Amino acid sequence: MDMLKYSIRRLLQGLITVLLIATVVFLLMRMLPTDYYFTEEQQMKFTDEQKEAALAAAGLTDPIGEQLLDFYVDLVHLDFGESRRIQSGVAVVDVIGEKFTISMRMGIISLAISLCLGVLLGIGQTIGKDHLVDHIGTAYTVFVNAVPALVSYSLVLVIGSRVFGLPSVYSSRVNTGLSMVLPTICISLSSIAGYALWTRRYMVDEITKDYIKLAKVKGLSTSQIMVRHVLRNAFVPLAQYLPASFLLTISGSLLAERFFSVPGMGPLLTDAISRYDLNIVQTLVILYGSLGVLGVFLGDVLMMLIDPRISLTGKGGGAR
Amino acid sequence: MAEKTPILSAKDVEIQFSLRGNMLKAIRKCSLDLYEGETLAIVGESGSGKSVFTKSFLGMLDANGKITGGSITYEGVDISKYTTEKQWRDIRGKKIAMVMQDPMTSLNPLKKVGKQIQESIELHRGIKGAEAKKMAIDMLAKVGIPDPEKRYNQYPHEFSGGMRQRVVIAIAVACQPQILICDEPTTALDVTIQAQILDLIRNLKNELNMTVVYITHDLGVVANVADRIAVMYAGQIVECGNADEIFYDAWHPYTWALLSALPQLGVKGQDLPSIEGTPPNLFQEIKGDAFAPRNKQALAIDFVKEPPFFEVSPTHKAKTWYLDPRCPAFERPENIRNYKEKIRQRG
Repeated sequence: MDMLKYSIRRLLQGLITVLLIATVVFLLMRMLPTDYYFTEEQQMKFTDEQKEAALAAAGLTDPIGEQLLDFYVDLVHLDFGESRRIQSGVAVVDVIGEKFTISMRMGIISLAISLCLGVLLGIGQTIGKDHLVDHIGTAYTVFVNAVPALVSYSLVLVIGSRVFGLPSVYSSRVNTGLSMVLPTICISLSSIAGYALWTRRYMVDEITKDYIKLAKVKGLSTSQIMVRHVLRNAFVPLAQYLPASFLLTISGSLLAERFFSVPGMGPLLTDAISRYDLNIVQTLVILYGSLGVLGVFLGDVLMMLIDPRISLTGKGGGAR
Repeated sequence: MAEKTPILSAKDVEIQFSLRGNMLKAIRKCSLDLYEGETLAIVGESGSGKSVFTKSFLGMLDANGKITGGSITYEGVDISKYTTEKQWRDIRGKKIAMVMQDPMTSLNPLKKVGKQIQESIELHRGIKGAEAKKMAIDMLAKVGIPDPEKRYNQYPHEFSGGMRQRVVIAIAVACQPQILICDEPTTALDVTIQAQILDLIRNLKNELNMTVVYITHDLGVVANVADRIAVMYAGQIVECGNADEIFYDAWHPYTWALLSALPQLGVKGQDLPSIEGTPPNLFQEIKGDAFAPRNKQALAIDFVKEPPFFEVSPTHKAKTWYLDPRCPAFERPENIRNYKEKIRQRG
């Protein structure tokens, strides 16, 4: 079972990576000035003694080694603590859990949309290379990348709410589905362009290769060549990033969620940092780190499954 | 052979490429007849148009290239007038097949080699599934790949260069084409493998009764396999005849130059003769004999008027003023006399 051994090794390496990241973030957070610990109100009212006492009660005045040890012990017990400022007294897991379902739902829908549309657009651009579809696709890609996201989001908002009467703000109570439409479109805008760009690039790469010429000499039609040879081969490099993109849908989109007041994961990390909610920051970092590591690992496995030349277990696939 | 009717007949074919707004005349009035069951070799240096000329039989010219004149008659139809891919697909792979130069890149790296052969069989023979698979395995065995059942399920990277070329050949002959075009089939291969591949093609040709066209710049290859030879220079066939006639009794100065440049004829300690100068610029109109500027013995008329074809024998013709009865005395290069014996002796 080479593959099993390999997987275990990779996952252990991943675990160490995540632990290192968590440690670094833990230490960084402890270096922040403790002023952030208090609200502005507390900052003004509290005496220095009161502040000291509050910090000591939270264990923040202990020697750093001791704090780190406590952190590790909690981690082993999978105890991520409670939120302090974001939702005071609620377990971090619950805070994040509630938010990530919202982000993930939109993220997965957006991933599905952008994968379908993006890859289709890329195929269209390849077939109609240097013709109308290609130019439209290129214009779209350039537009999405060159225009600041807030501008294009505003455009979507104006058109969506004025022309189609869609809700301009996310609501978890009324019409949740409809109110998700605009933020989902906004999240998809740039990833459609991304998938189109890469699909086109990899397909055009494949088309110029010799084996495509051979397929043509065999007598295959253009569409047969596209489907049986080009698309499949062009998909290999794309496939590597799919698991990671899928997993990271959880993290939500900072800008789009702010813009449409979505109570998702996007703004959570920055909020937590600026409000000194240590437990949330640490848990998020561990979560993102794990997802990233897992995503890359799954990407490698997926790639190995669809490309026979790639062997992860070290026997070596061959010359080319 | 003269009274036979050709199976494919190219007449005065002209092919142009448009490059950055300029027209490049790659093929200038090229005529060639192919007869059933023969092995024809087209030789010439890089850029002489040998590859482009044969690609036009399959409609495989690059997008910027076009047949602008002449005709290519195959099965009673002028295929040079074909405009759609659909028309070409009736010929490609089924009636005329092609083996390309580099086996390392000619196969789809992500498809099982067996499937790649099967694809061709399913496409043209209307046989599907298990039966097609069996035929693909038979093809692998036929091109000399040991353990074909196991090899069927392997990927190109598990094959060596020579083995891959065998697979490419299997794909090409899988549908028993009438004509097999081999575009420098051994150039990218190890010298020791070359002879094996040539043998394989020869055996398949006899077995399947194909007509084989070799495109090569290696006269050593030609000497071993060809019945007839066509020499190409600057987009034209300048001399064409049976192999013996070209090797023993060449008339065109370019053929002489090619023959005398063969390494097998070199004398130890002496520089190998080379052809000085460069081929003409095909963007411009060529006046007279295209080879004249590189020919030390060129006649005055070579620079003025393009020579017609003169017949040396019913099977041998050359496009040179040397064959004109009015031509003054000239000498063939000394080292190309008794050419074939020399090659045989020195291997």
